[in-house]
Amino acid sequence: MSELSFFLGCIAPNRYPGIEKATKIVMEELGVHLLELKGASCCPAPGVFRSFDKLTWLALASRNVVLSEEMGVDLLTVCNGCFGSLVDANNTLKEDEQLRSDVNKVLAEVGHEFKGTIRVRHIMEYLYDDVGVEKVKESIKYPVDLKVAVHYGCHLIKPSKERHLGSIENPTFFDELVEATGAESVMYKDKNACCGAGGGVRTSALETALKLARAKLEHAKAAGVDCIVDACPFCHLQMDVGQTEIAKKFGDVFNMPIVHYSQLLGLGMGYTPQELGIDMNYVKNDDFIAKIEKIGGGK
Amino acid sequence: MSDTIKTSDLDKAFRDEVLTEPGAEKLILCFNCTGCTAGCTMAEHEPNYNIRQLLRMANLGMRDELLNHPYLWNCTTCYKCQERCPQGVPNVDILLKIRTMAVHSGIMLDNHRKVAQLMAKTGHAVPINDDNKEKRKKLGMNELPETVHNYPDALEEVHKIVRITEFDKLTEAQS
Repeated sequence: MSELSFFLGCIAPNRYPGIEKATKIVMEELGVHLLELKGASCCPAPGVFRSFDKLTWLALASRNVVLSEEMGVDLLTVCNGCFGSLVDANNTLKEDEQLRSDVNKVLAEVGHEFKGTIRVRHIMEYLYDDVGVEKVKESIKYPVDLKVAVHYGCHLIKPSKERHLGSIENPTFFDELVEATGAESVMYKDKNACCGAGGGVRTSALETALKLARAKLEHAKAAGVDCIVDACPFCHLQMDVGQTEIAKKFGDVFNMPIVHYSQLLGLGMGYTPQELGIDMNYVKNDDFIAKIEKIGGGK
Repeated sequence: MSDTIKTSDLDKAFRDEVLTEPGAEKLILCFNCTGCTAGCTMAEHEPNYNIRQLLRMANLGMRDELLNHPYLWNCTTCYKCQERCPQGVPNVDILLKIRTMAVHSGIMLDNHRKVAQLMAKTGHAVPINDDNKEKRKKLGMNELPETVHNYPDALEEVHKIVRITEFDKLTEAQS
């Protein structure tokens, strides 16, 4: 059985705990044991904290990486933002001796040292490269009969010089993993567009951020999908909580269910929407919950 | 019509500092193809946001205009422009460098200051709340995640780091 540390970040454990729980369940089913990364903090968020002060961003991000180094395992995240911070910080410190020395001076004060011995992994690229689409397909007991709009998000694939995940204009690995569950990945307009949350925009210019989310929701709805599937709790929050804010500010109502890939996979493995926390979204869509309850039923 | 910028007003030292960001020296290779702005998702929804203009201003050394620019904080860091730039200019990295210079000059948006203080205090930009403690319990999970929330010694490490880097002072409330 493979082992990885599970870096939780902020939004999964503190706003969408169903994503945290679903990830532990599905990885165990796939033979990947996730170890608690005790005492980890915010990644910290790449757009804002890196904007404020690069050394603080690198020191806090590398502290999280070091906790996993000390356990001797690679680190897994289910969030694009955390992936952005941790991959970029990990690679930067592996390559830049000066910055590594600066950061290690700070880490020494709290009893740690960055050694550059592990990899930072995102669940989607880990499933695709290390577990494999075939094995994911074999784990499905109940094909997930849904039409899905795949939302890659930004920091999963960009900047590509730190990622090496193939085409950033027409990526396919996420779609292949979605289709492995039995769902159909439907093409929709501006599929690879940003949700609008990142870079501190949701925090400082909410109305503008929501215009980007609204466009995503409009395009997914026009394609006739049952739900949007993402792999980032921040995109998840922006498109889910964002719908309640869009309704208030602009009057548009979408009732679009937002599902994290871990939760989609859990459905195909036979877990209920309640066990996976899919019913805990801020947007309540009873028809969708009733539909996915029929997929596998409780174990 | 506003006054033309005088070359004597341009701040070459500012430009030089921007160019210290790794890869930023490519900024001078920009031949104004406009691809960055034409493909920008933010610009589609907020036409006043123009990353090409911001980066050209940086190249000219228009320090004060840039650090106080009302749209400096509109980039969501989606990196599309950086990926597409035919000249290899790391647009987003450069923009983040300019933002850092703004923050270190004392220019910071109120909501960013709040989230920075929240992270410095709790170790999370988005900390747990009662509603989500309930959700966790309902899912059969511990009320607190296995993060700094559940380990006071780990939180103390975060506090110490932000004191050493003076991030606490940088982001403290202005008098």
